[in-house]
Amino acid sequence: MKGYVTIDKELCKECHLCVEACKKGLIHPSREYNTRGYRPVCFTDEAGECTGCTLCAITCPDIAIEVFREKG
Amino acid sequence: MKKVFCRPKSMTDTVFHYCAGCGHSITHRLIAEVIDEMDIRGITIGVPPAGCAVLAYKYFNVDMIEAQHGRGPATATGIKRMLPDRVVFSYQGDGDLAAIGIAESFHAANRGENITVVFINNAVYGMTGGQMAPTSMLGQKTTTSPAGRASLLDGHPIQISEVFTLLPGTAYIERCTVNSPAAILKTKKAIRKAFEYQLDCRGFSLVEILSPCPTNWKMTPIESNRWIDEVMSKKFPLGVLKDLPAGEAKKGGKTP
Repeated sequence: MKGYVTIDKELCKECHLCVEACKKGLIHPSREYNTRGYRPVCFTDEAGECTGCTLCAITCPDIAIEVFREKG
Repeated sequence: MKKVFCRPKSMTDTVFHYCAGCGHSITHRLIAEVIDEMDIRGITIGVPPAGCAVLAYKYFNVDMIEAQHGRGPATATGIKRMLPDRVVFSYQGDGDLAAIGIAESFHAANRGENITVVFINNAVYGMTGGQMAPTSMLGQKTTTSPAGRASLLDGHPIQISEVFTLLPGTAYIERCTVNSPAAILKTKKAIRKAFEYQLDCRGFSLVEILSPCPTNWKMTPIESNRWIDEVMSKKFPLGVLKDLPAGEAKKGGKTP
């Protein structure tokens, strides 16, 4: 695993720009609601494909995504 | 694992009130990132507009002075003339800059005030409910032009950046957009350059940003990003419109 992202479910407004931005298709719409009535996206990466490229975080208007990457 | 992307330090932890997919919040983040990168948080003063971004002072962790509707550049002029060592930016929408505040903005640019204006062009009046703006596209349906904007009745969309390039006081004018990761990174570079020009006392700098407004365009965020590419950027071509070389830096700007 080269990287991973964390999504703050309370900040997400389900605009789905990150779903479009992720080249590996690791971010999906979900069905559960947050306290503000939006259905936040979720990140699943079972095969360890995430490279920590930050494209999802760059497009996120609500700064709900934090990205972690291996050093080097 | 190392954290490579998080909330910039020049932003507070307040949750944005903007709609899903709004370009304002992306632009706020870019400005905060530039302030962090240039390490100018202590000397930056922002001037938020009236419009959707009226609450911008809640989000930036820098000094902010709320301006009256459209009077951002006039307020910024006053701040810059009293405190010439500060970095002063005015943040304005198209109702604020292109409609009610065109006189203040135009004359601040003409005087070559050494300030930076971030101009958000989303082709409608966002806060008041999607009325036609001076920058609305021909044929665009809004609440005050239900049949589409007609040039005979409503005039043509104003290309503010092109108009401002004619003024000798302006040093740097670029039009960019925030509809894709690549465009967002380009916009960040443009904002950084505008701030650097201000620190070099080169004159008035303007960054126009084509910004999606999914709610008032009645589209999804992804569709509105596509609409910017397919429709808006045809009338408002992207790119650097004016970049005055260092040697030719204009008069005004720095107050002696």
